[in-house]
Amino acid sequence: MSTPLVSALPPVDRAAPTKRVLVWLCIVLAALLALPLLLPGYQISIATQILIFSILAMSIDILAGFVGRTPLGHGAIFGVSTYVVIYWTASLGGSLWVGMGLGILAATLLAAVFALLAIRTSGVYFLLLTLALGMIVWGVCLRSTGITGGENGLRGIGRPGFLVDHVHFYYAILLVTVPVTWIIWRFVHSPFGLTMRGIRESESRMRSLGYNVPLHLFLAFVASGFVAGIAGALYAVFNDFVSPSTVQLSQSVSALLMAITGGVGTLFGAFVGATAIILLENVVSVFTARWPSVLGLTFVLIMIFAPEGIVGRARILLAKRRRRS
Amino acid sequence: MDRRRFLEITSLMLAGGTSALASAREAQAESAPIRIGLLAPLTGVVAAGGKEIVNGFTMFWDSIGNQVGGRKVEIIVEDDASNPDTALQKARRLVEQGKVDMLFGNLLANTGLAVANYVKGNGEPYFIPVIAADTLTQGGRIPNVIRAGGYTASQFSRPLADWALKQGYKKVATVSQDYTFGHEQCGGFAQTFTEGGGEILLQLWHPLNTSDFSPYLGQLSSLGVDAIFAMETGADSARLIQQYTNFGLKGQIPLLGAQNATDQSVIRTMGAECEGIVTSAQFAEGADLPATQAFVKAYSAKFGKIPSLYAFSHYVGAMWVAKAIETIGGKVDDRKLFLETVLKTDLPNSPLGKPVHFDAYGNPVYDVFIRKVVKNADGKYWNVPVDTYPQVSQFWKYDPATYMKQPAYSRDFQGIKKR
Repeated sequence: MSTPLVSALPPVDRAAPTKRVLVWLCIVLAALLALPLLLPGYQISIATQILIFSILAMSIDILAGFVGRTPLGHGAIFGVSTYVVIYWTASLGGSLWVGMGLGILAATLLAAVFALLAIRTSGVYFLLLTLALGMIVWGVCLRSTGITGGENGLRGIGRPGFLVDHVHFYYAILLVTVPVTWIIWRFVHSPFGLTMRGIRESESRMRSLGYNVPLHLFLAFVASGFVAGIAGALYAVFNDFVSPSTVQLSQSVSALLMAITGGVGTLFGAFVGATAIILLENVVSVFTARWPSVLGLTFVLIMIFAPEGIVGRARILLAKRRRRS
Repeated sequence: MDRRRFLEITSLMLAGGTSALASAREAQAESAPIRIGLLAPLTGVVAAGGKEIVNGFTMFWDSIGNQVGGRKVEIIVEDDASNPDTALQKARRLVEQGKVDMLFGNLLANTGLAVANYVKGNGEPYFIPVIAADTLTQGGRIPNVIRAGGYTASQFSRPLADWALKQGYKKVATVSQDYTFGHEQCGGFAQTFTEGGGEILLQLWHPLNTSDFSPYLGQLSSLGVDAIFAMETGADSARLIQQYTNFGLKGQIPLLGAQNATDQSVIRTMGAECEGIVTSAQFAEGADLPATQAFVKAYSAKFGKIPSLYAFSHYVGAMWVAKAIETIGGKVDDRKLFLETVLKTDLPNSPLGKPVHFDAYGNPVYDVFIRKVVKNADGKYWNVPVDTYPQVSQFWKYDPATYMKQPAYSRDFQGIKKR
């Protein structure tokens, strides 16, 4: 590719986050660090799960928010990573760290295959194509009983000794989540990320400006798959079990809903969305067996009253207030 | 209702409520209740079965006043949503937040396997009256996972194969759902049948939720087999039986089935098309045994239907564990003692009507009924025993150690003896 990417970069977007944002980030980080002191054992494992799914939701946000392509197959990419980690450690007896590396690699490669097939399309066709590709992965996992254990799934060998404790494991996951989040943030605010946003706004204009749009889409998809792979590998250690339900459509849908609930294109919305949905699942199911209905209703309400998502809505409100004052 | 009457009733109820609370608190002071976590699929694809799990389970505890070994029993029901990831999450919540003394339940094999893997790490007692995955009480045995009231998938299809050979059937074809539970139930039949001199002409595997069985029935009808063995569950079973009749196979080729094929959950809404199908199980709701009939009557009176596999196995499982708790005087906190006692406990008087005990691997040894579907006096269809195989263990007539060396059943390995 001969296009010099930097040339199109307006200076404002390269600017470091403002002081106010930095202060807020520090507060959030301190809160995350202090969380285990406040919560009993089980809630900490919920918090861990939220972190893992936030990474998955961010990976979706890279595509949905920054190149305007909404994928419905990320559950499959995520789950393939989980499958590889557990197969490597439990069935082949390999080391967990190598397994996680292989899981992330497998997810990245799968994302590359998905990308080659899907980047030609956009809008609802992209949605359907990624959905179909995800279903293929699900079908393969379900049917190849010899490797994946079919419907029964694969059972892991347990976490390594120093991660068995919920609090230790939470900190370990936090230790991965923070740098991953920072890298994604850098990625979407890089010149490359700017091009991605350009593609989201107008593909034809970017093309006429001389950008290699398919290549950018491809790379964005692969990067997104890489991140989903990280989430999947972490989930393998967390859940210690994998079955076709991990790669099935509902996984893709719930991760996408997390991204949408938090706010597409806000990146940090992924954390808010994952927190909202996982907490809702856990709290509502204490009170009623009809918790999926409550969840559904909540989504409908969010779509009507805050289609920009929670963080998106908050930003709009904040901006309005600032303009007024 | 006028205002005065409303006030009267409300104050009465409040007074009653507080005194009930007070007495509950007193009881708690004596000894804390035994907390049991029940995981059941109340939503998702098998929600109907999940409801019956709760019915059967709570019916038993109600029958003994929710009290055992001098302690109160508290049951906490959680919905596993027919999904292994949710099941795992709920199991974690019950154990880590709810501090339950034991877990019970789950319906789908994958949900049970996920929870079993979780309790493997923390030693929480877990009883699985429905989860039939062979590995859990064989090669992949976990000491604190016990199949109280349940069975391994291949356990009952073996006596059925033996019975089929005795009927003079020489050639059989199988049709089965294409997943592990199906591979295992079918494998038990295929292995015993071929080792006994029979021949499996064809094995058909169809995906779960097949709506049209005509391609499969077409192949089966022209084979010239003596009988067809069908491994089906739920709606698939109902559709297969229906279409078996529609295509005119009923009455021409005898239909045999694994336990679930003619479970009450399938045949309670069906008519004459299910009549005459032969299956095998540890329970036959139409058995002329006093304990069985007393249970069926009580359950039908309470819930308006004849109990299914899900209901009776959880009733039996609860009864079994309750007997063990009684033996150790409610000391379930001593897990080692509790688990050992459960394994040593025999159950002579359960609704199964025959005494049962555990083998060395935590799986029950049953008298297995060969059952036929017939119409009862109320015009409903149910399973009535036509033959009994006493003391059938999960290993049939094999030596456990030798048996566990063979590969797990799958599409590719059905234990079929080559000739």
